Amino acid sequence: MTLIDGELSVNTDAVMSVRNLKVWYGTARGPVRAVDGVSFDMRRGETLGLVGESGSGKSTLGRGVLRLLPDAAQVTGKVLFRGQDLVTMRKKDLRALRGPELGLIFQEPMTRLNPLMRISDHFLETLHTHEPALSKDQMRRRSIDTLGAMGIPPTRFTNYPHEFSGGMRQRIMIALALVLNPAFVVADEPTTALDVLVEAQIIQILADIKRNFDTSILLITHNLGIIAEACERVAVMYAGRIVEQGDARAVFAQPAHPYTRELLASTISLATTELHYIPGSPPDLIDPPSGCRFHPRCPDAMQVCPTRHPPTVTTTLNQQVDCWLHGPEDQIPAGGTERLEREALSVADEA
Amino acid sequence: MSQTKPEAVSPKPSAGATKLGGEPLLNVEDLNVHFALRGGTFSRFVGGARGAVKAVDGVSFTLRRGEVLGVVGESGSGKTTLGRAILHTVPVTSGRITFDGRDITDLSDSQIRPLRRRMQMVFQDPNAALNPAMDLLAAVGHPLRIHGIKDQDEISRRVVEAFERVGLVPTDQFLHKYPADLSGGQKQRAVIARAIILGPELLVADEPVSMLDMSVRAKILELMLELKNDLGLTYVYVTHDLATAKFFCDTIAIMYLGRIVEYGPADAIYADPKHPYTRSLLRAIPEPDPTKSVPRDLPRGEIPDAAKPPLGCSFHPRCSKAFEICGWESRDLRDLLDRHWLAHREDEFEQERRIVGDLATLDVPSLRADLPAGANQTGQDVLALLDRIKEDDPHEPMWSGVRDVSDAGSSVHVDFREDNIDPPLYDVGRQRVACLLYRDAENPS
Repeated sequence: MTLIDGELSVNTDAVMSVRNLKVWYGTARGPVRAVDGVSFDMRRGETLGLVGESGSGKSTLGRGVLRLLPDAAQVTGKVLFRGQDLVTMRKKDLRALRGPELGLIFQEPMTRLNPLMRISDHFLETLHTHEPALSKDQMRRRSIDTLGAMGIPPTRFTNYPHEFSGGMRQRIMIALALVLNPAFVVADEPTTALDVLVEAQIIQILADIKRNFDTSILLITHNLGIIAEACERVAVMYAGRIVEQGDARAVFAQPAHPYTRELLASTISLATTELHYIPGSPPDLIDPPSGCRFHPRCPDAMQVCPTRHPPTVTTTLNQQVDCWLHGPEDQIPAGGTERLEREALSVADEA
Repeated sequence: MSQTKPEAVSPKPSAGATKLGGEPLLNVEDLNVHFALRGGTFSRFVGGARGAVKAVDGVSFTLRRGEVLGVVGESGSGKTTLGRAILHTVPVTSGRITFDGRDITDLSDSQIRPLRRRMQMVFQDPNAALNPAMDLLAAVGHPLRIHGIKDQDEISRRVVEAFERVGLVPTDQFLHKYPADLSGGQKQRAVIARAIILGPELLVADEPVSMLDMSVRAKILELMLELKNDLGLTYVYVTHDLATAKFFCDTIAIMYLGRIVEYGPADAIYADPKHPYTRSLLRAIPEPDPTKSVPRDLPRGEIPDAAKPPLGCSFHPRCSKAFEICGWESRDLRDLLDRHWLAHREDEFEQERRIVGDLATLDVPSLRADLPAGANQTGQDVLALLDRIKEDDPHEPMWSGVRDVSDAGSSVHVDFREDNIDPPLYDVGRQRVACLLYRDAENPS
């Protein structure tokens, strides 16, 4: 299947299909194109990792698919959830979906639980609102079992938020999002504020969720290691667009887009033997570079790159990539594959 | 309570430091920083505190000129407090800090100020470290003003010099910018420029790259290494990130609940971590390359409350290698019950929970756990429950620390061994490790 600029058929077995989604904000200097033509599918029970640097638009995309954006944001395109378009849906219908069908796990667990409410009350309130038919006993059982799956002991059910550690609070937040068994959850940097051991615990829990729940998770992070361990598929975002997506193992083993490759090389892990970084900085989204937005920083940039945006093509490893290195050749003008001389970048001109 | 305090460990040069050959610049000896906890309303009236958090609890090390020491730990390990205590920004409870041969522990604020030219700090969050209302010339030149340089031409000249050092070039493009106009990496460069402008010898860098994007971290680390070589800096690098520390540091100190639990040359610690905690930390780092990932060995449970640290070794409740004398006590029994019930469905839990009474009695640290029976239950019922739990997981290390379990009628007494040891740092190969696994392996070098 060749996908041309978001004009694609809708995948029928997907829980969530996003097509050519754009989110623009108006500013005095002009519109900020935070998300600029993004398409992807999520299957049932699948975890998709969305990775990108600060300002790549990944959080805006995460909130955009749930339509949790400020009113000033201009949203166009389609977000099809079980065939219904969330972009054009009435607010009232949307509210009915949030919770039982659509969930969000926030970055900072410390600030999202009410300090004056017991954990049990958080759960009972949620269940009471969305599934009023359940008896008190059923609510309690479901809450405790969900918390148990996140490693929170039943004896702590009636404790207050301040009696838990940061990692436990984040697990409680995840349980609170999952207790209604939603079909789709966005987890926005769920481990960013946490320590490495706690982070590893959360990664394990996210990986386990697939076994115990039927939930599709869009996991937003800037940490490639987390994606590699918790996600089946990965989408790499740069300057408001997804530049590469595919099977996580394949993408990490053989990145098709130069940005993915450079980002992997700059990640410092225990296996790092020399430091590497990407010159330059992510572009201004009010006035992004012409053609491929990565071309000013790309070590492989060619003559064609600044002239036209590359269409999405599918590689032999089934990765979808927006990069002229992968063609299609019939769309590259003569001489287009010649190397592009790059302007010298200042040392400090960086993210 | 038969808890032995670790003796003050006499500082000795690490193997890694000898190859650097520098003279000692900083010596920290049995440093303690305790924060008093306030009690409830009642104790506020009658006075008296509810104890103290030992943020730094008996830490000793020597830092040589040109050495990079990585202080690695999780939130609450005391690593940031240690860094600040060195720079005299939190009050020291006891112990000694010697900088370049001079005891600076008890210096007053006015006495320490001239020394601040020689020791500076780089903060974690460049957004918070820079005043949004000051342009970079004013912000980076500010330390010069504080230290009595009033001549604006000299200030400008030295700020330009510092900008060139940290790569904020062309400098005239940056001098009159405000923090809001800069990217994260540029802001951190400005923070580093401000830290080096007085020509310091020691920099305490508290998580200098953790707020930055992956693609920029390497650049800032590289800059810090360049500055070290060009300016002869010595670093204390405070971080929770073992991956950047591996790259950056000569010596590593792993901290857990206010103590150094492993200390030694970085190459030795990464090649052969000794403390079970260090091992877990190293295995927890997410690895993007699927061919290089290792199986996890996550410690169970949570980081304990620093105001009430576990008896014996602070890490024993979470340690997979813990054995008889590691410090088992009543709170470990509470954790065991919690873990047991976690594995059961809600209805089974309800049934078993009725057998025992109020679990809060176990939350007070004691070598005798008094586990009350529930309503209409007897000590025999509680004993039977404990037997079932033990059968479920006979390898649970806590049982090795149990001396006796007896029926006391309406409750059950679980008595723990009294010969537990709070491990001091043992010499093991090129490292020093606070773990009882190495008690007999100590090699008196």
